[in-house]
Amino acid sequence: MNWITNYVRPRINSIFSRREVPENLWSKCSECGTMLFHRELAENLNVCTSCGHHMAISPRDRFKALFDGGVFVEVKVPDPVADPLHFRDQKRYPDRMKAAQRDTGEHEAMLVAEGEMGQTGIVAVAQDFSFMGGSMGMYVGNAIIAAAERAVKLKRPLVLFSAAGGARMQEGILSLMQMPRTTVAVQMLKEAGLPYIVVLTHPTTGGVTASYAMLGDVQIAEPNALICFAGPRVIEQTIREKLPEGFQRAEYLLDHGMLDRVTKRTDMRDELITITRMLLGLPPAVKGTLPKPEAEAPAIEAPATPATPGAKK
Amino acid sequence: MSEPKSDRPTTEPSSYLDFEKPLAEIEGKARELRAMARQNEGVDMEDEAKALDAKAATMLRDLYKSLTPWRKCQVARHPDRPHCRDYIDALFQEFTPLAGDRNFADDLAVMGGLARFNDQPVMVIGHEKGNDTKSRIERNFGMARPEGYRKAVRLMEMADKFNLPVITIVDTPGAYPGKGAEERGQSEAIARSTEKCLQIGVPLVSVVIGEGGSGGAVAFATANRVAMMEHSVYSVITPEGCASILWKDSEKMREAAEAMRLTAQNLLDLGVIDRIIPEPLGGAHRDRKASYDAVGKAIGTMLGEVTGHSRDKLIKDRRGKFLSMGSKGLAA
Repeated sequence: MNWITNYVRPRINSIFSRREVPENLWSKCSECGTMLFHRELAENLNVCTSCGHHMAISPRDRFKALFDGGVFVEVKVPDPVADPLHFRDQKRYPDRMKAAQRDTGEHEAMLVAEGEMGQTGIVAVAQDFSFMGGSMGMYVGNAIIAAAERAVKLKRPLVLFSAAGGARMQEGILSLMQMPRTTVAVQMLKEAGLPYIVVLTHPTTGGVTASYAMLGDVQIAEPNALICFAGPRVIEQTIREKLPEGFQRAEYLLDHGMLDRVTKRTDMRDELITITRMLLGLPPAVKGTLPKPEAEAPAIEAPATPATPGAKK
Repeated sequence: MSEPKSDRPTTEPSSYLDFEKPLAEIEGKARELRAMARQNEGVDMEDEAKALDAKAATMLRDLYKSLTPWRKCQVARHPDRPHCRDYIDALFQEFTPLAGDRNFADDLAVMGGLARFNDQPVMVIGHEKGNDTKSRIERNFGMARPEGYRKAVRLMEMADKFNLPVITIVDTPGAYPGKGAEERGQSEAIARSTEKCLQIGVPLVSVVIGEGGSGGAVAFATANRVAMMEHSVYSVITPEGCASILWKDSEKMREAAEAMRLTAQNLLDLGVIDRIIPEPLGGAHRDRKASYDAVGKAIGTMLGEVTGHSRDKLIKDRRGKFLSMGSKGLAA
């Protein structure tokens, strides 16, 4: 060993591998392939500035952009019994949970928060597709119940952002039971006369769509979001024919009378403010006087934190 | 009225499950012997046939002593198993089917209507799979489309208005995954049906008689009392579906069935259901009369438990039941 192998070669390698670094500052749009600068992409709420494709956004980033000044308080969600079925497929369920927690930096697939949106107090829930496909298990059920209870207590509307592959199979029948459980939560809101607004994001499927995500007073979807009960692959296998272009996408559902609106993520906050204020009988928001959603761009600095890739995509 | 035997497939082996093959052989031999004896007068083979019967009975007992979860799925799907229509014919009087969702169509995968149960007028709603090729296709194998759930919602509303208890009979592989079903709002229809179950101020009791397939089952089974037949299953997804997602191999359904805990015994332990209805040895289809009696008795008992409660109490209890669900897991 000499100084060439110990010192010079690594330096040379590092000069060449430096080419990798900028790649982390850039994301490729999964739709049009345009390279997007991370700061610009984050400022545009992970919507491609070139083609308008909506990429995934973490619940935390969404809330930062939703609440006035990016300020919100998390609502505590009771933890359910861990691994109630002692489930094991190719991996143990607790191991899958740990991996998801490590990859996303989040505790579970749903985040509940309260705060002000356009000076209107709301409770918001957002599902995290990057956490085990956003799947609905006991925790997600508890989160929706906690959110509904909090909304009823504070007499505030509930805004829910759905994103899930469906029920969490590792919790078996108990995940299925979240369908009636969360429906009870929605009923609490309705009985209290509080608005329940659902924003369906890509993708929302299975038991999630067939329960709380389809029971909103107002149903809004992000453009091109896949929203369905049975996924396109399952349907193709069942009926053995090709499905039409855009089948089960937000615009398709709008055409078939299943949604109220399809709204771009960048316009979503204004629209939610408008709708909730009208449903609550409040005067219109004076847009100019409203605090900006965020004083600055979300604090996504250089790619020094690969530990939370779920937060950026 | 259904006449179960005549329109059933006549080839015996098709109604044996794979794990019953040895049993099929012995029972087949006994039948052969008897047929031979009938043809040749003076030949008495009854002793041999009886010996085979005894052997078959022992084997049946052994096979069904402890069925694996996957075998339970097979029994739950047995083509000869009594279906919703059979239970309605056997247990209810004056059944008057009511059709249509007043919107698009009548879905034959869901049957429902007014009937009397022990003289009391009730609303009965259930999935029907059909029992021969023609009726299976007509009934879409018990896989409902949105119209089916919307019909159920309509019937539940009617029951609520006229203060009739609702009895639901669950037997579905799941809601139908079809193009039209999606376009007409399959998920919304299921969600509304579950919601309606939670809203009605009349007793609602449910029996899973075969397959309790996912959301399609929950839409009917969000009830004050839920019973499952001994060899029925109730799960979030079929074992094949679970295997193909988690094992990436749909042939791993045995493992998936095991892991999902979908048997009546597991669900009782988890507090998801309230009672198990015992089945005749070898499954409900081996002694239909005994199955009807057992299901009738369970419905009577469950109705008795919730009759006489106020509307508010019925709704509150039902919600409380589902809200508290899952507070305990299986013992280690």
